[in-house]
Amino acid sequence: MNTPKQKLVVIGNGMAGARVVEEILKRARDRFEIVMFGAEPYGNYNRILLSNVLNGSQAAADIFMNPLAWYRENGVTLHAGVRATRIDRQRKVVIGAPLKKDALAYAVDAAAVPDAALVEETYDYVIIATGSRPFVPPMEGFGGTGTFLFRTIDDCDQIAEYAKTCKEASVIGGGLLGLEAARGLMTHGVEVTILEAAPQLMIAQLDPESGQMLRDTIENMGIQVMCEKITTKIVREDGRIKRLDLKDGSTLNTDMVVVSAGIRPITEIASVSGLTVNKGIVCDDQMRTSDRNIFAVGECVEHRGKIYGLVDPIWDQAKTLADVITEFNPKAEYLGSKLGTKLKVMGVELASMGETKPSLPEDEVVVYREPSRGVYKKLIVRENKIAGAILLGETDTAGVLMQMFMSNSAVSSRRADLLFGSSTGAPVLSVFDLPDHAQICNCNGVSKGAIKEAIQIGKCHSVSKIGGCTKAGLGCGSCKTLIAQLIEAYAGEVVDDASEHYYVPGVPLEKSQLVAEIRQRGLKSVSAVFRELAGGKECPASKVGLASLLKTLWPGEYDDERDARFINDRVHANIQKDGTFSVVPRIYGGVTSPAELRRIADVAVKYNVPMVKFTGGQRLDLLGVKKDDLPKIWKDLGIPSGHAYTKAFRTCKSCVGTDFCRYGLGDSIKLAQEIEQRFQGIESPHKMKLATAGCPRNCSEAYVKDISAVAIEGGLWEIYIGGAAGGTIRKGDLLLTVKTHDEVLKFMGRFMQYYREHGKYLERTYHFVERVGIEVIRKIVVEDSEGIAARLDADIQKAVDAYVDPWKEAEVPAYPGQFGAPELASVLEVAENNGRFP
Amino acid sequence: MSTSTQTINLGSLEAIALGQGRCFIVGGEEIAVFRQRDGQLFATQNRCPHKQGPLSEGVAGGGKVICPLHSHKFDLVTGAGSEHGECVKSFRVSAVNGEILLQL
Repeated sequence: MNTPKQKLVVIGNGMAGARVVEEILKRARDRFEIVMFGAEPYGNYNRILLSNVLNGSQAAADIFMNPLAWYRENGVTLHAGVRATRIDRQRKVVIGAPLKKDALAYAVDAAAVPDAALVEETYDYVIIATGSRPFVPPMEGFGGTGTFLFRTIDDCDQIAEYAKTCKEASVIGGGLLGLEAARGLMTHGVEVTILEAAPQLMIAQLDPESGQMLRDTIENMGIQVMCEKITTKIVREDGRIKRLDLKDGSTLNTDMVVVSAGIRPITEIASVSGLTVNKGIVCDDQMRTSDRNIFAVGECVEHRGKIYGLVDPIWDQAKTLADVITEFNPKAEYLGSKLGTKLKVMGVELASMGETKPSLPEDEVVVYREPSRGVYKKLIVRENKIAGAILLGETDTAGVLMQMFMSNSAVSSRRADLLFGSSTGAPVLSVFDLPDHAQICNCNGVSKGAIKEAIQIGKCHSVSKIGGCTKAGLGCGSCKTLIAQLIEAYAGEVVDDASEHYYVPGVPLEKSQLVAEIRQRGLKSVSAVFRELAGGKECPASKVGLASLLKTLWPGEYDDERDARFINDRVHANIQKDGTFSVVPRIYGGVTSPAELRRIADVAVKYNVPMVKFTGGQRLDLLGVKKDDLPKIWKDLGIPSGHAYTKAFRTCKSCVGTDFCRYGLGDSIKLAQEIEQRFQGIESPHKMKLATAGCPRNCSEAYVKDISAVAIEGGLWEIYIGGAAGGTIRKGDLLLTVKTHDEVLKFMGRFMQYYREHGKYLERTYHFVERVGIEVIRKIVVEDSEGIAARLDADIQKAVDAYVDPWKEAEVPAYPGQFGAPELASVLEVAENNGRFP
Repeated sequence: MSTSTQTINLGSLEAIALGQGRCFIVGGEEIAVFRQRDGQLFATQNRCPHKQGPLSEGVAGGGKVICPLHSHKFDLVTGAGSEHGECVKSFRVSAVNGEILLQL
């Protein structure tokens, strides 16, 4: 049954190496035996945050992404502090040498422990993720006391330690990392000078003007910036650094030197092992090197002639590699990345993407400058698309711009909107413009990117297909409109999926057809429906919805097969995240008594209930109850079930009404109690939360309930339907105004029955009322336009009559093990049978 | 090398309600055993890899189970999950003379 695991050796334990392993584990946890070589003696840490370690705002321990325990927990063997030196492709073995404790992990000549045994690991596949090392421009005197690189946690420690003995420090390199190093040094009380060879700072991201602006900002912080300066020699006196000699003949006094002048891929292991290496290790679109069994990822890679040093492209490479190597998607391809970054340099917001200068005569350049606030915005538009952009000091629209840039989409003709947001206040953003990482489905955490992928690659062109593929829209459902817009944006039009209209996915009938078939054939159990209407094919995703419908159609006669019910309806309690349950006794109209409260308190004490909480529905919730305690608790409570766990009538809240309230116009408490007595336990397509209010001040929030009654002057009650105050907020629609409690009960019941019969499974009343229309509902329910009012009244009465308190099952369980804890298997018989099975 | 497997008798089939699952603790490990309406038996690890929901409490049928916490689905034969990279261990199980025999 178990195929032997293939062995994967990952060389390099930096961000790329660890990330690719995570991606692989996500796709196929048990496919590979994974061994990693990491030259640094740590787990993997977030190099991006190194400057925070240097400036002391984060402890080294805080930036670890995968501490050593992670490797253990995931069954990954890590050779920490061991540098892989060669891949013997003949023998399929990776050979590594333990490094000396103080060796510089990325140095070409990092010293190995003399005479230490080499580490050898056989492999089926290798991933090279050796990353890069800092580039040191040619100069005399670099190396030894007082000179540093800025690349690893050890570098940070050593820089910080040495800075204590210094007054002046210089940073060679005015790129992003150089500036970060300067910022870090400043916090250690030294005078900092940045030396940059180019005429400006951050030449990869900024144009000259924004470079100058950034320079001004930085100099105001007390850092000296010198551009067009090339260091030729580090001059020492008595073993300590004294000054720098520069190419233009000038000198600069300094006590220490940090070099941060860019990076170069680490490729030695690939070269000595005979793989193709150019500037970096050459990989194809599947991240394979010139050897089919050896892949590479990250800063060591040269892909289509480009080397990437930013996180996003490398994450994309890691995903592709994981897709390919696990065969999760054997055809996955990485096609290169467009470069854009959003970052904070020394506290200054910066976003930069694409080109920094126009390169064609037709390029349109839009610039806004506000030197007093240090704000600079520039846009290069080519063929109505963004070829490049710089936002310095204010980056509000960076997300949108980045999205447009990355997706190569046409931009607004009002360029100002792109830099400042829309002047009309309308969102500049259509769903189309949202960045890929924007979360669309907040319940299931699905990003726009994932939905886009499902549309474009998964060919899901209906909302339900998107849901099936990504889970988007399957929580509260309020994002379904956005999903439909995304489908329109990326696929042209939303396909109306016939299956979207099925009542449940496993029975190909719309609700009305299904109801007709069930009635005609007299189907009273879920298994009978599968047998007769689904070709005998049992569909677990359809069971619960069918059970609800059957109970509605056959009050008192329904054959309650508990396997067709959600766990909550099997044990009449609401399952919690830890597998315990919540118990909510019914408190009619939100009115309780000292005796009831005392019993609830006694039960909570007796069964060690970890939490007792007031619910939003004016009752008490006992949370964290063990399953086997449920029947005992119900017996001790002696109060009926509050049905707080099922798709049914839940509660009827009330305000103080007329007994005590100075403003009360109608007896909302009495009415609420009558409503709750009558409709308790009535199942419906989704839950129904009700309320009554004694006056239009709406203290019980009646206007936003599924069904409600509000007392108004003149001894009248207004009945509202379709209100909501959950994920969706909606004021209910006025159905009609009546005089008596009996009338309230009659019309509420009639609407309930109509909703029970026509609502889609899991369609709340607020969707139902909007879908059908309040006018149509009023005609049917109030004016009896279809002549079914009497039948609706009779059917809801049957449902009311069929009510049985489910907590009565405390006495006699409905099925074996209903309230059973996991059964400890007493091992009755153990047979050593060498794999043969009876 | 021959691999030795253990067969464990979990007791009467009747302990599991028709169409449902039930959790057994075998040697400290929680194992969910499912008794499908057509008579087939299945066994998987009890805990959902997503948020450790008890699969034995899930709705099962058609060779699948739906976790009661967040509706992640798993194939009861292969253990394959509906979500990226999620799967559960599955075990061989059968009924002999009305008793459940689990193979570990």
